[in-house]
Amino acid sequence: MSKFFTRMGDGSAVFLSEAEIRRDLEEGMLDAADRGKIPELTDDEMERLYQIITDPQKTVSIERGNEVVMTFDAGTLKLPVRAGLPVDRMTTVLTHERVLCSDTMEIGNADYSYKQLKNIVHEEAASMEFTQLNCIIPVFYGAMPNLGLYTKPDGPVDNWSELLPMAKIGEARAAQEEAIEMAVKDMVYIASILYEAGADGINFDTVGASGDGDFLATLKAIEILKSKYPDMAIEVGMAGEFVLGMHGQLEYDGTRLAGLYPHEQVKVVEKAGGTIFGAVINTNSSKSLPWNLARAVTFSKACSEASNIPVHVNAGMGVGGIPLTNTSPTDATSRVSKSLIEIGKADGL
Amino acid sequence: MAVIHEVASGMGGIRTAGDLVARVQMSKAMKIKEAKKYVAEKLGVSVIDLSDSYLMKELREELDIGHVQVRDRASYGIEAKFNISKVLDIKINSVENFKRKVKMI
Repeated sequence: MSKFFTRMGDGSAVFLSEAEIRRDLEEGMLDAADRGKIPELTDDEMERLYQIITDPQKTVSIERGNEVVMTFDAGTLKLPVRAGLPVDRMTTVLTHERVLCSDTMEIGNADYSYKQLKNIVHEEAASMEFTQLNCIIPVFYGAMPNLGLYTKPDGPVDNWSELLPMAKIGEARAAQEEAIEMAVKDMVYIASILYEAGADGINFDTVGASGDGDFLATLKAIEILKSKYPDMAIEVGMAGEFVLGMHGQLEYDGTRLAGLYPHEQVKVVEKAGGTIFGAVINTNSSKSLPWNLARAVTFSKACSEASNIPVHVNAGMGVGGIPLTNTSPTDATSRVSKSLIEIGKADGL
Repeated sequence: MAVIHEVASGMGGIRTAGDLVARVQMSKAMKIKEAKKYVAEKLGVSVIDLSDSYLMKELREELDIGHVQVRDRASYGIEAKFNISKVLDIKINSVENFKRKVKMI
């Protein structure tokens, strides 16, 4: 029986038969439908996914006319910090604009959390002003809410990750509620200065990394920012597909945040005033690309159909079906790109 | 990773109309189809044309809204964004800041 070359969720090569690929596609899709309580993909969509996975071309692409735009998290960290290129952040933005031809870019600090920016926010604002004079593409300023940084010893609040194992549930909840108010204040302060420096938008990245409190702090910050600056574009990129209930009882406008999946997360982001939603679907590195891709596309389609704002599905390492490796193979990345847009109905990546 | 996504499914930034569609998504929270239709109407081209780097090079130079190749006397940076703001009929934050700083408003 002939086998097709594909990938595992960690990026390693694997050869699978038609039956194995179809089984993995089916199981991945059903896993998403079951967990999210969302519609399954149609038979036609499943057949398209099979054709994309088994396409003999190394790099596949969308059909002409289906192109989308891209936004970035950790934008200016990729060249000077991660790749070690000796270039400043404005040069990084211009390289993305004029060489890589990115549609947008994001300026961020190496210590990528809003709390950490308070001492250097005016230098960050000056960098934004210089960059805005020279660039043409829209430039976001971005960082993470990172509620965990407000806990001792880094911050003033008791650490709920230490309180919870001691069964101090009430104390853990109170600590999170205290941290939320501090995080809201910091995010509004930083985002206001960067927006007044000319940022085209603010990116809240890896939202929910510290659970439902992290998510609620971001939603509250968005509300305040949109009332101060109605024209501000705000992108919310999530940390994971499922909001962890570190508090468990937090609500936004009557919706309990713990346990929300992307198609539900986007509705509260939209209600708070978010402009672009960055849906995240986790990649399981021990499952195959067909399994992960079918699962990601099922979540993406449900999220996009539920949303009135554009959905940019996160498609970097370890999310959105992309293998969990720093150098994702081009065959896998291009298949994810095409599938998320043409079947998952993403408005961008 | 970004390069592969761009090759597989991207609009192409300032080679085409990617930055313009992104701006409209950001300023009007529009889904991709509506944002492309809005930009196409403002530029007087078809939606398919927006991702055609040959056609868009000519059009971007004609509208003086910036392109990957820097030519003398062509608008660059904030100058190009002034023109983009007019062509797309949207507010651009850095352009409004610039106007305030030089007392245009």
